[in-house]
Amino acid sequence: MSHQFLPLEIHTSAMNDMKGHGEEAFPNECCGFFYGEEKNGVRVVSFAKRIENVKEGDQRRRFEISGKDYMKAERFATKEGLTLLGIYHSHPLHPAIPSEHDLAVAMPWFSYVIVSVEKEGVDHVRSWQLSTERQFKEEIIK
Amino acid sequence: MATLIIPTPLRKFTDGKSVFEASASDVRGLLKALSTSHEGVQKHLFDEAGELRSFIRVYVGDEDINELEGADTKIDDRDEVSIIPAIAGGSK
Repeated sequence: MSHQFLPLEIHTSAMNDMKGHGEEAFPNECCGFFYGEEKNGVRVVSFAKRIENVKEGDQRRRFEISGKDYMKAERFATKEGLTLLGIYHSHPLHPAIPSEHDLAVAMPWFSYVIVSVEKEGVDHVRSWQLSTERQFKEEIIK
Repeated sequence: MATLIIPTPLRKFTDGKSVFEASASDVRGLLKALSTSHEGVQKHLFDEAGELRSFIRVYVGDEDINELEGADTKIDDRDEVSIIPAIAGGSK
């Protein structure tokens, strides 16, 4: 049976922010949160916010967001009347497919947007969500 | 009662509630009270051995319980406790 995730509609400004962040951070991984709302059967992403990658060591293959930045993100969503819909990060020189490291700590319900970046710039963007079997399933980006 | 802040991805298991309140003397007790009240949340917080999952962090106020006494950290009714999903990953 196919999964039942809502399709994503990512506003152009939010998409450009995520792509731009991926290119600026290259060859390191970037990360951030995105916000919006679920409306009329669509998960609408209206805003992306860059967050510092605090992973110690080689950031070309890893990212990490601090607990305090996560708390701030939840508070920001509450204050602005938005929903924290998910996390984006980049895969420099790798396709936008979740790795075992992505899967190991993934939470249900969140959308995980991955930006694949090559030397010339962003190659493609895909989004994923955890299934009830703890496997990533792709979400449709409208 | 102590206040527990539920992160957005777990609210689907708490009927959409972002805040849960219960009387508990430590963090473990507060999380167990949540799990008892909302069964769906339990498997996302605790592993089969009953320990907090490695990708779940808990803060009392602005302090990570890993820098306090872990799940045994004492709390009182004035405390605000936050469940924080670890956000990390990488390409390979």
